[in-house]
Amino acid sequence: MTEANLTPEQLEFREYAQRWLEENAPPPPPERLPITPIEVMTVGQRDYLQDWQYKCFAAGLVGADYPKAYGGHGHTGFQRIANQELNRAQVPFLINIVGLSMAAPTILHHGTEEQKRKFIPGCLSGEEIWCQGFSEPGAGSDLANQRTSAVREAEDWIVNGHKVWTSLGHFAKWMILVTRTSKDDKYNGLTYFLCPIAGHAGVTVRPLVKITGETGFNEVFFEDVRVPDANRLDDVGKGWAVAMTTLLAERGASEGAGSGGGSGSSAIADLIELARNSWRDGVLAVDDPVTRDAIIQRAIVGEGLRQNGRRARVAALCDHPMRLPLQQKLTASEFQQDNARLGVEIAGASASLYKLDPRAPDAGHWPLAYLNSYGNTIAAGTNEIQRNILGERVLGLPKSK
Amino acid sequence: MNTPITAPRDFGFGEDEAMLRDMARKMLSERFSMSRLRELVAASPEPVYDHGHRPSWDEPLWKEIVELGWTGLAVGEAEGGSGVSLAGIAGMVEEAGRHALPSPLVPTLSASLVLRAADSEVARQLLARVAGGATASLAITNERGSWEPGDAPLNATDDGEGLVLQGTARFVQDAFKADLLIASARAGEDLVLCAVERDAAGLSFEADHIHDLTRDQASVVFDGVKIVPGAIISREGASVLRSAWPALLTLVSADLCGASEWLLQATVEYAKERVQFDRPIGFFQAVKHPLVDAMVEIDRARSLLFHAAAEIDAGSAGAEVAARMAKSAASDAAAFISDRAIQLHGGIGFTWEYGLHIYFKRNLHNQALLGDGVHQRKKLADLLIGPVGSSGILNG
Repeated sequence: MTEANLTPEQLEFREYAQRWLEENAPPPPPERLPITPIEVMTVGQRDYLQDWQYKCFAAGLVGADYPKAYGGHGHTGFQRIANQELNRAQVPFLINIVGLSMAAPTILHHGTEEQKRKFIPGCLSGEEIWCQGFSEPGAGSDLANQRTSAVREAEDWIVNGHKVWTSLGHFAKWMILVTRTSKDDKYNGLTYFLCPIAGHAGVTVRPLVKITGETGFNEVFFEDVRVPDANRLDDVGKGWAVAMTTLLAERGASEGAGSGGGSGSSAIADLIELARNSWRDGVLAVDDPVTRDAIIQRAIVGEGLRQNGRRARVAALCDHPMRLPLQQKLTASEFQQDNARLGVEIAGASASLYKLDPRAPDAGHWPLAYLNSYGNTIAAGTNEIQRNILGERVLGLPKSK
Repeated sequence: MNTPITAPRDFGFGEDEAMLRDMARKMLSERFSMSRLRELVAASPEPVYDHGHRPSWDEPLWKEIVELGWTGLAVGEAEGGSGVSLAGIAGMVEEAGRHALPSPLVPTLSASLVLRAADSEVARQLLARVAGGATASLAITNERGSWEPGDAPLNATDDGEGLVLQGTARFVQDAFKADLLIASARAGEDLVLCAVERDAAGLSFEADHIHDLTRDQASVVFDGVKIVPGAIISREGASVLRSAWPALLTLVSADLCGASEWLLQATVEYAKERVQFDRPIGFFQAVKHPLVDAMVEIDRARSLLFHAAAEIDAGSAGAEVAARMAKSAASDAAAFISDRAIQLHGGIGFTWEYGLHIYFKRNLHNQALLGDGVHQRKKLADLLIGPVGSSGILNG
């Protein structure tokens, strides 16, 4: 891979990252891993993944661009390279996704010096798992409709309420928490906290069961939970703006810290392999013209996403700077969903077999991945909300609310 | 699939390429507005649709374009052209598409890319003519409308002094604007590529009556057209066409991307202004969301377009895959925004006078040109999955 616009140090770092990943590929996991870090369920999975993130962090592949004072490695333009190599190497994902791609960038932007020094190192090393307390039963797409309240009491805030869809909540030491501190103003009545979770008085974490039959998400109840004012991020009433920083980071519009995991091209290779082993009306699915067309459609979308990422960095080919970055969550989640659905179609009758069945193709991956794909098309702002954002912020159409 | 990108990360689209594109954008914005386009090609449907006239085009503007050197962009510097990369040419052709410019630009660029692939002395002489302002078009499609390079419309026989061409080339783009045709003929096992002057003896043009108002198209009858040895471009025509094919697909994709972006922006502007139920219709998600979906499709096509151009410029083995992906994505994106543009404009979009149909038809024509999305994906399946029946397991 030749890249004219990389510095010698960056090129050297890429070689180092490739070499390190080759030499330090982790052993197979002790138990099956979920498709994404937001659905890590068991202690075994957690320990394995936490160990992997720590190794990547210690090797300089995580936290590469964060200042050394906050536990990072103090480089510039290294993290994107590390992310590309982590993706390419198809190693396990980094478990502390909320800490890495949401909490750390938000704290870096809005936090006090003390908060940065205290909280960011654990996000990067993965030693302190984070979860996100944004969604509520009545605040999904209408995120500002927050009911969880925080009331000032001396040097503390008293929090009461109910958060849902809390990935990693059962393992989390901390939560990025949006609360209502004033009922007078929907948007300016919100305040953002870094809230202790594990073992903290008044916090109850209960697993939510998804359509797959698995847990992985939680709901979190707050009953008179005491949070020190020192854990407030930015000003009282600024919670909405802080939450937008978090969501921007999450949606991939900012430089995230990398999620690892499989790339688009491996998904296509898996579909082709499945088609070589599935039958359709007496012929192999791989020889069925309609199936072939469907697979190639997926391959084109996958390559298109890859090339979008490339074009987003060529200013002369981007009329609007946010046009491609803001598409990423929408397009990536629908790409995964459509791939999984096609896998189910190709597997045909065998797609009825779920993960316990020994005859299930790819150990039941396809129906499981399809069911699970709705997590990503709904989370982080549903794809309908994403279409509103793109229509309004990029195309300039009138706001729908 | 996961071949490393050997082409530059910026697709080779640097300052020079941006300058060329911006110059084209400025020139066409000033000289070829929507009202000019409408007045030129769609003042009334009768001349073209009822009386069979060819659509008008702006010949003085074309002369300026030739003087600016746009037609010599794909010609190497040794032959008097500017030898611009395909990435640069793609950016420029997008602008022509954005303005639905009626001109022999794409056919002439296509012909020069075939001549460049032929890499012969005859080809170099012809390239010098193109750099000097000659227009050209490809006569390589048979009566089945086959878009693949191995199929030739003509037969060539040797009469001792040279070749004699017989047959009918179909779907020749902007044939009436071309000074020169590059014809493909079957000669034994291979194809031969020949240069034919527009006034050659035995050559006649039958205009196709087409819906697109921004070009002409013809069936060109070759009735014993004599080809002297000095007009034989290549006797390995199939491989020449095959190696030029990705670039030809890329040119049409660029035109589709430009025209589709224009349709998107025009529809967005209309949705901001048109008020129904006391609101601009762009407020409603039934209007907003399809426009976002169209944007996503156009962006995919554009990214694949510049990827294809960069792969071709780099001489990469992945050029054909990239170009066919680009043409598939561009054809489908164009079909979608063309459809939504008319529909979301409502009644006004359905009128002749408003003019959206000019872009709709140009896209509809280009979608099929050189093969639509389904066609490209069939070829891609052979390249990426392997031919049907190649899995090594007995079917049945």
